Amino acid sequence: MVELTFDPAEARAAEKPQDPRRASLGRLILTDRFFKLLTRAAAAFVLLILFGVIFTLVEGSIPALREFGPGFVWTEDWNPVKERFGALAPIYGTLVTSIIAMLVAVPIGLGIAIFLTELCPIWLRRPIGTAIELLAGIPSIIYGIWGLFIFAPFLQQYVQPFLISTLGNVPGIGWLFAGPPYGIGILTAGLILAIMVLPFIASITRDVFETVPPVLKESAYGLGATTWEVVWKVVLPYTRAGVIGGIMLALGRALGETMAVTFIIGNAHRISGSILQPGTTISASIANEFVEALQVLHTSSLMSLGLILFVITFIVLAAARLLLASLNKRAGG
Amino acid sequence: MKHSKFALRAAIALTGITVAGYAMAADISGAGATFPYPIYAKWADSYKKVANVNLNYQSIGSGGGIKQIIAKTVTFGATDAPLKAEDLEKNGLVQFPTVIGGVVPVVNLDGIAPGQLKLDGPTLANIFLGNIKTWNDAAIAKLNPGVKLPSTAIAIVHRSDGSGTTFLFVNYLAKVSKEWDDKVGVSTAVKWPTGIGAKGNEGVANNVIQTKGAIGYVEYAYVKQNKMTHLNMINKDGKVAEPSIVAFQSAAAGADWAKAAGFNLILTEQPGEKTWPIAGATFILIHKQPADASAATDALKFFDWAYKNGVKEAEALDYVSLPDSLVALIRKEWGNIKGADGKPLYNSGS
Repeated sequence: MVELTFDPAEARAAEKPQDPRRASLGRLILTDRFFKLLTRAAAAFVLLILFGVIFTLVEGSIPALREFGPGFVWTEDWNPVKERFGALAPIYGTLVTSIIAMLVAVPIGLGIAIFLTELCPIWLRRPIGTAIELLAGIPSIIYGIWGLFIFAPFLQQYVQPFLISTLGNVPGIGWLFAGPPYGIGILTAGLILAIMVLPFIASITRDVFETVPPVLKESAYGLGATTWEVVWKVVLPYTRAGVIGGIMLALGRALGETMAVTFIIGNAHRISGSILQPGTTISASIANEFVEALQVLHTSSLMSLGLILFVITFIVLAAARLLLASLNKRAGG
Repeated sequence: MKHSKFALRAAIALTGITVAGYAMAADISGAGATFPYPIYAKWADSYKKVANVNLNYQSIGSGGGIKQIIAKTVTFGATDAPLKAEDLEKNGLVQFPTVIGGVVPVVNLDGIAPGQLKLDGPTLANIFLGNIKTWNDAAIAKLNPGVKLPSTAIAIVHRSDGSGTTFLFVNYLAKVSKEWDDKVGVSTAVKWPTGIGAKGNEGVANNVIQTKGAIGYVEYAYVKQNKMTHLNMINKDGKVAEPSIVAFQSAAAGADWAKAAGFNLILTEQPGEKTWPIAGATFILIHKQPADASAATDALKFFDWAYKNGVKEAEALDYVSLPDSLVALIRKEWGNIKGADGKPLYNSGS
């Protein structure tokens, strides 16, 4: 299209030898278009499933939400006999167990990742790395059984009496550790969740730590920085997106974990101040009650719980995005 | 890699089984209560050998069973808590019991042997209401003169999942305690005033075994299998009853079935000297005019066979078979299950 004058004969002459080229080009364009369509269909498929799930949850929740209104979210009462349902106790249990899990798992997970990438002798890296991946591969029901038979009795006999007699008497936070040691309860569930999400945090952060260019770290060391300073001021700022991503993935799993929690949380629809007392989570309530829920309102309330969990997960993801955006802004400015 | 290969092989094996299952002729499908699943499975196994009829029973819970039979996706539904006569009428269903089971309170107390401790209904209700907090409470001591009771705090363990076992237990508590009836009520899942919830009979059994001072309730079979410390109960006649097959049968024999529409009768707090006060039947639901008449006929034949030949197998699994008078009433009730021509589908001939 560079030439402005147009000679049809010349154009025809030029066209001929180009034919096979054009045909093969056409094929390429066609496959490309097909590929584009295929990937677009894959993306649409995800959206379709997502909206299908949302639609089912919303439709199923309508009877309960119509009956109880927004008060459903902040009512603690859960009474299948009188058909009064409120979601506060499961929401509370879900959030508190996840917070306990993150409080324990994030520092340990980061510690493991830092040790593996910065301090660990080469020969030890592989065994520890493999151990972490194995931990991630254990099915959650196994954690539940182990938690019920081994971990809970251990907590009940040794850890909880100690917590009650020491921290239980500290003014201000004593109420958190009050009551008889049941073994199972909110704290036990939080700790098991911590063990379950630990591999996610450890292996993802390890992988992103390994992406830090050695030259950055070496120049920091060359300036006389300690390992602590290198990790804190070079590695973590460089990899924060990945680290936060890993933590959010872990939090997502902790929020939704069902079987292991059902075994060890005590399944009581109550909010007790003490984290040693039994509670329940959203997914544990659904798993426990769905099969035998006879009344429409009961089933619908469980569906609403599912919808609430969906919303909580969405909020967590959105919050992570916002956090990341503000961190990037601060780093950039 | 190994893992995925194993999974693949397992998947292929499973598919193979399903395909083989579908290839069989005459199938009866049922779904519902988990409590009678072991005996239905056992009966189905034996029945297949004599009649070459396959019974496919999914133990998805009573709630699911009721939903599925109303939706007509199965030949019969099964439920632990009987439906009321008006619900049966509304959905065009016939209901009849199959076997009886007993629910037994179990404890974990040092120095207390099985059956050594006895309670009456109101005291048991007070324990589960949280009114009685320690084992050496005066109310418990009064019923058990001469037994050395520890001062341990009472830890209550109940079912966390909706369950027919819970239904029978709280039905009993509501009959013997007005406070329970007012405050908590009766359902397959209730708002427990106190305690921890465990999933399934095995979950309750394990939590009781692990916790000193615990009290829970489980089906009789779990007491026997786990050799748990059961309580004896003081029954309606004021006599001390020990949980046993005879004691559950006594509960069924004393009940007035003829007057209960749709056999809607719960065997708690029944009269009789030996009667165990917490028992109940598990029920089958079937449409009065089944869409698939031949499958419904097969199902009735199956249950008729089970009443005649399944007693031993039931008792081996710690279920109690129904008294003969009741089975006769059930066969009469089957006359209401009719085909499109208005004639009864099945006549047991006895």
